[in-house]
Amino acid sequence: MKISRFFSRKFPLSALVSVLILASVTVYAAEKTFEVPRPPFSEGIFPCSQCHKYFKPNPKRRVLTEYHTEIVLHHAEGERWCTDCHNLLNRDTLRLVSGDPVDFSESYRLCGQCHGDKYRDWKVGVHGKRTGYWNGEKQYLLCVHCHNPHDPKFKSLKPLPPPVRPDAARH
Amino acid sequence: MSDNKKNSYDQHRSRRKFLKGVAAGAGLIALPGKDASASMWEEFFQKHFKELNKDELKAVINRLEAKYSGEFDKKVTVKTTLPIEGVRYGYALDLSRCIGCRRCVYACVKENNQSRDPQIHWIRVMQLDKEKGVDLSRAEHYYNPEQVPAKGHFYMPVQCQQCEKPPCTKVCPVQATWKEKDGIVVVDYNWCIGCRYCMAACPYGARHFNWGKPGLPKAEMNPVTHYLGNRPRPRGVVEKCTFCVQRTREQPGRYPACEEICPVGARKFGNLLDPESEIRYLIEHKRVFILKEELNTQPKFFYFYAT
Repeated sequence: MKISRFFSRKFPLSALVSVLILASVTVYAAEKTFEVPRPPFSEGIFPCSQCHKYFKPNPKRRVLTEYHTEIVLHHAEGERWCTDCHNLLNRDTLRLVSGDPVDFSESYRLCGQCHGDKYRDWKVGVHGKRTGYWNGEKQYLLCVHCHNPHDPKFKSLKPLPPPVRPDAARH
Repeated sequence: MSDNKKNSYDQHRSRRKFLKGVAAGAGLIALPGKDASASMWEEFFQKHFKELNKDELKAVINRLEAKYSGEFDKKVTVKTTLPIEGVRYGYALDLSRCIGCRRCVYACVKENNQSRDPQIHWIRVMQLDKEKGVDLSRAEHYYNPEQVPAKGHFYMPVQCQQCEKPPCTKVCPVQATWKEKDGIVVVDYNWCIGCRYCMAACPYGARHFNWGKPGLPKAEMNPVTHYLGNRPRPRGVVEKCTFCVQRTREQPGRYPACEEICPVGARKFGNLLDPESEIRYLIEHKRVFILKEELNTQPKFFYFYAT
């Protein structure tokens, strides 16, 4: 009787604590990094600091007129501005919503903040393309290898020719 | 009256005689003549692939490699790699990703030495209406817009479904086609008599017949081949997708050519017996269906929606 009372009182708290510990461990494990090819930077653009060290960081939302004019943001542009993803204080990194910097080679963590379902699928190899061997080493691609981060919708392609119609082949 | 009868009987007899003569003559013509090479005789009397012992198999492979190397002016290898223990291949295709670009169709042709002219494609991509869903009566596979995906449509590539209960192998009168231990349905092109019963039995249109001599340009021929897969085919035999047996049975196993080329990553391939594989994950977590489930062919080719 005593024992059962002990458990009914003490167990919820200890269970909660252990769940919290476990949760933090799994969150930590989920943040494992993935080997990916170099991010697809435009030629000569990286490191960003090679130019940005001459500019004073300007957090003001504005239309860019001098540099990066080729970038047309078509990715929730109403709600977003460059420095939501690019780190204002260290241009050679990206930033998470929390303010933590994240390397360009781990940009999937940034994308995964909003696209959690895709991130989850990508981690297990269901979303996106993986190359390598079906029973051996596999290579991941970053989200940005297939999706332009500023305009992420997959671009349409010209299809390869349709098969020859049997009636056409007979002539 | 009776005269007429007699006449028709005579006619009948003479026709029979005539036909016998023709048959015998044709038989003689069909046999390799005295100027035929020894390899032709060997080919003629070659045993069923599964009945070949080790030495016989080696002789067959040597003969084929020499033949193909001469024919295509390059060193051609013919592998006989056996199924890997504990492996059963499965394929999955994400219908919410495929854009119908047909890259897979032509990657397959290139890898598997299909005839260019007359044209043979092992993969057929169907364009379907988003409104109507997977309604095969509305499928269009000759679509050719400037850009894909076309508005209001989705795409469904169909190839051999590598059925667990393949109707095609059941109807083969000479057992020239069978299911291997790893689940791949293969054809012995040296044993196939070209009756095409299997094509009639296949509910997926996945088998293709070489009506003419395959037109395979020397320069485009893939010299890494498997006896049961992509080696050059003669006229008059049936061929089909083998999940790229020449690639997937390697150690470590390469992906099929169609999987590797897909620009949107819609194609997934792996071992159904490995609980850690991508293919198992998606079968357990995603909305999955198999084509023509009601026929109980039990395909190992799955269609799924990742989103």
